[in-house]
Amino acid sequence: MTTAHAEASKEEFPHEPEKATLEGRNKVLAFWLFLGGEAVLFGTLFATFLALRNQTNEGPSANELFHLPLVAAATFILLVSSLTSVFAIQAMHRNRPAVLRNWLLVTVVLGLGFLILEIYEFTQYVRHEDFGMTTSAFSSAFYTLVGFHGAHVAFGIAWISILIGQLMRKGLTVVTAPKVYVSAMYWHFIDVVWVFIFTVVYLLGKVG
Amino acid sequence: MAQAAHTLNSSKPLGHGHSVKRHTGLMDWLTTVDHKKIAILYLWAGGLFFGIGGIEALLIRWQLIKPMNDFLDAQTFNELITMHGTTMIFLGVMPIIFALMNAVIPLQIGARDVAFPFLNALGFWTFLFGGILLNLSWVMGGAPDAGWTAYTPLSTSTYSTTHGVDFYTIGLQIAGLGTLIGGINFLATIITMRAPGMTYMRMPMFAWTTFITSAIILFAFPAVTVGLVLLTFDRILGANFFEVGAGGNPVLWQHIFWIFGHPEVYILILPAFGIISEVIPTFSRKRLFGYSSMVFATILIAFLGFMVWAHHMFTTGLGPVANALFSVSTMLIAVPTGIKIFNWLFTMWGGQVRFTTPNLFAAGFIPTFTMGGVTGVMLASAPADFQFHDTYFVVAHFHYVIVGGLVLGLFAGLHYWWPKMFGRMLSEKLGKWTFWTFIIGFHLTFFVQHFLGLMGMQRRVFTYLPNQQFDLLNLVSTIGAGLMSVGTIIFLINIYLTSRKPADAANDPWEDGRTLEWTIPSPPPEYNFKQTPLIRGIDAFWKEKMAGNKGMTPAEPVGSIHMPSATILPFTMSVGIFIAGLGFMFSRDDFGNAFMSFMFNYYIVTAIGLIITFGSMLLRSLYDDHGWHIEPEELEGSERT
Repeated sequence: MTTAHAEASKEEFPHEPEKATLEGRNKVLAFWLFLGGEAVLFGTLFATFLALRNQTNEGPSANELFHLPLVAAATFILLVSSLTSVFAIQAMHRNRPAVLRNWLLVTVVLGLGFLILEIYEFTQYVRHEDFGMTTSAFSSAFYTLVGFHGAHVAFGIAWISILIGQLMRKGLTVVTAPKVYVSAMYWHFIDVVWVFIFTVVYLLGKVG
Repeated sequence: MAQAAHTLNSSKPLGHGHSVKRHTGLMDWLTTVDHKKIAILYLWAGGLFFGIGGIEALLIRWQLIKPMNDFLDAQTFNELITMHGTTMIFLGVMPIIFALMNAVIPLQIGARDVAFPFLNALGFWTFLFGGILLNLSWVMGGAPDAGWTAYTPLSTSTYSTTHGVDFYTIGLQIAGLGTLIGGINFLATIITMRAPGMTYMRMPMFAWTTFITSAIILFAFPAVTVGLVLLTFDRILGANFFEVGAGGNPVLWQHIFWIFGHPEVYILILPAFGIISEVIPTFSRKRLFGYSSMVFATILIAFLGFMVWAHHMFTTGLGPVANALFSVSTMLIAVPTGIKIFNWLFTMWGGQVRFTTPNLFAAGFIPTFTMGGVTGVMLASAPADFQFHDTYFVVAHFHYVIVGGLVLGLFAGLHYWWPKMFGRMLSEKLGKWTFWTFIIGFHLTFFVQHFLGLMGMQRRVFTYLPNQQFDLLNLVSTIGAGLMSVGTIIFLINIYLTSRKPADAANDPWEDGRTLEWTIPSPPPEYNFKQTPLIRGIDAFWKEKMAGNKGMTPAEPVGSIHMPSATILPFTMSVGIFIAGLGFMFSRDDFGNAFMSFMFNYYIVTAIGLIITFGSMLLRSLYDDHGWHIEPEELEGSERT
């Protein structure tokens, strides 16, 4: 534990503040591990979806249901938000807290945009297509997989918003930096999951 | 470290003078983040559930003592077998494994605590509240009754109409969260917290098996998380994952459950392998034979453990190709396991073997576990499995590996590390009584069940007709179960009598300790190591002893030690999840009471629980834990010069 003291007491701000302390390094490592577990979680949900995606129980099928333009817009928004979170981390590495905060704000706003489109999409299905959780095995698998991802996005939005508040109160330190860094890792992860959802659920639903 | 951050970005002075809030009594236990205290919490909670599971087992055996017995009705019997299996695996033995990991791993790798002391406490409390939730089912409308595997469609709301299976899904979900947290914590601890010189290939075997076990937990538990979510959604939200009529597929549950469930049995047995690999070298006064092959075998078992899940499903009709592949992969696991068995035997070979209680359990483990392994290979043969499937042969097999393997290993570990955990040696005399009654009782109970199974007795039947040659063997089995409880009671008496003796165990009470935990006082001080030790080889302490040194060479000067603060937040987070789980479970119930209906049907209770949990998380995030310091003059045994 004494090593961290020595490293952090260097006067200039470290280039990778998220890894400047043992706590920070532990946090980043454990978060990689956690994402490994999350990958299994989504993997199982994808497997379930693939097993049940044609079981429509005389309800709407994927091909009848999905409107790709809306989903494509949501995809575009979420992918851009991943890019803006990269800009945020780059600003962090250059020790520019204000720029970091602004890019995080943009990320949160884009995440919210994605979430609103998804909620709109779900309400359309329930209200106009008669496609709810109980309609068919396909519908259950669809809402569970995509909903799990949506819940992850919602959690990420809340999390990053709280971190923006902390950055404004506490500034960018070797305590706040690892938090920002792992939140960005999380955000990239849910982006990657969405790429798979877009492919496996929506594209495959349209053509398969 | 948090203080270092302060000096960087604020003008606050270094806060060595933080006021330390010292809790006492109950609050101390509720707020502790010390891995040694969390180990004791895991041990008592796990022991309590182990006792409950044991009583359930005795009730099952009492019902089966004679044909056409009416001691229990079929429904109660189903609830008992379900709760016995679930309780023993998730709430009994796994927490006791975690108790030993917590007590020993930081000491063995020369660390002052785990990587995340806060998460460590959180893992314990979520496990405990998950376990409490599951067991509340007994008094809240009926326990789960679909078997510990909760196969669909039996476990769907069509066939299991009480809230029992909801208690199962939500209780296990919460307890599983605790396990996952613990797994990530131990992975990070072993990767980053090893003392200088402690390379991976110098780690004690128990540290290795903990490492690999934690990796299996990380990749296996999320699968059952999803499985339990799907079953919960089917039962509470009316989803159709397992409803054939709406396009669902019941076999999907079996796949998901066993993709988790088979790695789970290696989560159980690998720590026992680790314990045995510590105990046998110590009491043979020889280093572990084939250390590298032991490490390799452990990794191989973990890897293959993920490739064999469908051997639980040979009779579901996967087809001959799938059955053959899963047969072969299952049989392959016998190879690394055999390597381990021979390594233990060769460690004892030519050693100065002392049969202390831990070593008796370890020596008893080897043949007993091997017998369980042999029946495992028999079951791996798909055509034969069609005969064995769902008979007492399977029951005998998995009790040989879990009780004859894991539980004997846990007894070995508990007797071995008891002085390190509590500062008191358990009585050797009573320990040996425990061993002999338990192991004889064990074989009496389960050996005959092989033959019951081969003769056609089905598992999970609540009674049987007379004159099928089942009567005598079932009687013998029940007598054996009684003898096992005698052994367990002697163990409890031993604990009680020992607790009344003075805590005077030496640093190295077995005198032949080989690893780092035996270099420090029993029980260790809060900070474990006054100075982090320098590790110069496998069996670091033994190496120093052989070089004529009294202790380890320190890797750092005596300095102030940073400690994490105690906190109640892990407890409140877990309470919140518990409330949310209960609220969600009853969200579709008709209470006939406007207030209750409002609270549950509109998810108010669930929301309150989630607010408590997320609120606690928010507090944890907003208020940095600066910790506190133990100054050099406060360290035990340090002299002012």
